[in-house]
Amino acid sequence: MTFPPLTRSIRTRLFLQLAAISALLSVALFLVVRGLAETAAEATQDGILSASATSIADALRSEDGEITLDLPYSALSMLGTTNDDRVFYKVEVNGETLTGYDDLPAPTDAPTISRNTFATFDYRGDEVRMVSASRTVSAGGVPSNVLISVAQTRLGLAAISQRISAIATGVGLVFFLVATALSLLAARSALRPLKELTAAVTRRGPADLRPLAIQPPTELEPFVSALNTFIARLRASLLRSEDLIAEAAHRVRTPLATVRAKAEVTHRKLNKPEHRQTMREMIRAIDESSRSAGQLLDHAMVTFRTDSLATESIDMGELVRETVARLEPAADLKDATIRCTIPKQPPHFTGDRILLQSAIQNILDNAIKYSPDDSDIAVTLTAVDTLRLDVSDQGRGFGDTDTNTLKARFSRGANVDDIVGSGLGLTIADEVARAHGGTLAITRNEGAKGACVSLVFPLQ
Amino acid sequence: MRFLLIEDNANLASAVAERLQLDGHAVDHAGTLDDAESCIAAADYDLILLDIMLPDGDGRTFLQSHRRAAKSTPIIVTTARSEVSDRVSLLDLGADDYITKPFDFSELEARCRAVLRRRGGVAANRLTVANAVLDSTAGELQIDGVGQTLRNRELRLLEVFFTSPGQVFSKSYLLDRLFSFSEDVGENAIEVYVGRIRKRLEPSDAVIETVRGLGYRLVAKQ
Repeated sequence: MTFPPLTRSIRTRLFLQLAAISALLSVALFLVVRGLAETAAEATQDGILSASATSIADALRSEDGEITLDLPYSALSMLGTTNDDRVFYKVEVNGETLTGYDDLPAPTDAPTISRNTFATFDYRGDEVRMVSASRTVSAGGVPSNVLISVAQTRLGLAAISQRISAIATGVGLVFFLVATALSLLAARSALRPLKELTAAVTRRGPADLRPLAIQPPTELEPFVSALNTFIARLRASLLRSEDLIAEAAHRVRTPLATVRAKAEVTHRKLNKPEHRQTMREMIRAIDESSRSAGQLLDHAMVTFRTDSLATESIDMGELVRETVARLEPAADLKDATIRCTIPKQPPHFTGDRILLQSAIQNILDNAIKYSPDDSDIAVTLTAVDTLRLDVSDQGRGFGDTDTNTLKARFSRGANVDDIVGSGLGLTIADEVARAHGGTLAITRNEGAKGACVSLVFPLQ
Repeated sequence: MRFLLIEDNANLASAVAERLQLDGHAVDHAGTLDDAESCIAAADYDLILLDIMLPDGDGRTFLQSHRRAAKSTPIIVTTARSEVSDRVSLLDLGADDYITKPFDFSELEARCRAVLRRRGGVAANRLTVANAVLDSTAGELQIDGVGQTLRNRELRLLEVFFTSPGQVFSKSYLLDRLFSFSEDVGENAIEVYVGRIRKRLEPSDAVIETVRGLGYRLVAKQ
C-alpha cells in the first residue's frame, strides 16, 4: 500500500486524523453549548411571560357582572429589559378585546386553564414571543372565558444568543486548539519507540553486530526480532568472510613464500646476467603481490576497526618507540638510521592502539622504502597545541604528485614506478587519523629533499 | 647459526632450509609440534622459526608452553596473516619477533641478528682472520682488542669474507648479498662498501685484495 508523500508519515496521518476528530468534536461542542444556552434563555423569557400573564390574570376582577382589569404595573415591569424590548398584551373576554392591542393575533394553539401556550411570530416588524393563558372568570354568575396574551420582542434574547454564540465559538476554538496540540503530542509519543529504535540502530557502527537490547513496545516486537535475526545472519556472514580472508591469505602467501625462497636459491646459483635479471624481476613481482595482499588485509582490518573504535589510554611515546624498534632491522638493511625525538612525558592519548600502530608502521615503512642508503629518518613526537608525529625522510619526495591524491586508495606517487608498493599505506594512515579526529599531513621538506608525513591529533 | 624451522608445508620448509643453508646456517625441520618438541630435546638451537598455523595445534600454544618452560631460545614467528592485531598478540604471547610470509631472507637475517643482540651474548658468532675478529651478533670488528661498531652493510659484507677467507667473490655476488631485490644498483655500488671495510681493516693484518676481473678476497698479510 502506498501513500502520497504527505501522508506517508505515520505521524502526519495520526495527527491529521486526531485533528479531524477534534474539529468535529469542537463543532458539536459549539452546537450543544449554543443550543442549551439558547433554550435556557428562551425558557427564562417564557417563564417571565407566563408570570406576567398570570399576574394579569390574577388582577382580573368581576364588578357588577362586568369583568374589569386594573393592569398591574408589575406585570409589565417584570418584562422590562435594557434592550428596548417592546411588550404587547391583549386581554379578551369571550372573544371581545377588553384591553391591549387589538391586532395582536390569537394563538394558533388555544391555551387551557392548566396549560399556557407559546408562539413565535412577526409582529409590527419584529419577531415576538407570545404567551397565551386562559382563565374562566365568573361575572354576575355567568362564567366568562378570558384569554390573556402577553408578547415581547426578542431583541434581548437575540443579544444574549449572540453573546452565547460568541462564547460557544470561543470554547469550541479553544477546545480545538488544545485537542490539536494534544494530538500532536500523542502522535509524537506514540511514535517515540520507533524513533528510539531508529536511533539505536543508527548509533551503532556497521561493525557492531550485537542484537538490539532495547525493549520494544508489543507492536514492534516482531519487527525487532526480525531485525535481530537479520543482524545475526549478517554477523555470521561477516565472520565467515573474515575467516575466508585469513584462510585465503594463508593459501596465497604460503606458496608465494615457497616460490620466493626457491627463486632466491636459484638466483644465487645462476651465472648468466640475463637469467639473474629475470629471477630478480620474478622476486620483485612476488614481493609486490604479497605486499598488496598484506595491505589489503590491513586496510580491511582498519576499516573494520574504525567503525567500532576501541578506546584505551595509550602512551604515544612508548607506542612510537615500539614501532620504530620493530622496523629498525628493515632500516638497518639500507644503513638508514631512524632518529627518534620523543618528549620525556608525552601526553596520554585515548584511541585504538592497533590502528595507531598500523598507521605509524605504514608511514615509517614508506619512509624506509623511499630513503636512500646511509640516510636519516627523523621521527619526532611533539605535544604543543596538537599531538603531532612527524616522519621525515631524505628520499626523493613526491615529485610533481599532488599530495592530496596520495591518500586515495591505490594511488601512488608519479615518481615511484621502480619501488614495490600497493598505494594503500597512506590510505590506511589517513583513515586511522580521521577515525581519531586527526589528519594526515603530507608535506615536502622545505629547503631539503625528501618528504614529511605527519599524523596530527587534537590534544585530549 | 643453527635454526629449528617449524613449518607444516614441506615445500616451503625445504625451500627455506635450502636458502638458509646457502648463507651457511644449519637448519633442522619439524613438520609438527611433536617433532619440534623432540628436536628441542635433542639439540640446542640459536633460533626457532615458528609457523603459526600447524596441523597438530596452534603455534600460539607452542609459544606459551615454550615461554612457560622458561626456555631461552628466541622465537621468530612466521605468519601468513598480516593483521596487525594478530602480530600484537603474538608478541604478547612471547614471540621475539614476527615476519610475514613470504619473507625477504636478508630481512629475516637482520631480524635474527636483532633478536640475538637483544637477548645479549647468546651464541656469540666470532670469526677470526689474522688478528681481526668479527663478532656478527654484536656487529663489531675487534682488532687487537679494540672494537669498532659496524654499520649493517659493512657487517654483512665482512661476514661474507670472514666466513670464507681466501675465496674470491664476484661483484655481482656481493651485490646480491648487500642489496635487496627491490633496489636497482650498479656493480660500482659495491666498490663503495669494499672501500669502507678496507678502511675498517686497515689497523689489522687482514686485507681485502682485488682480483682483477674476478672480484675480491680476504687474505692475511704476508
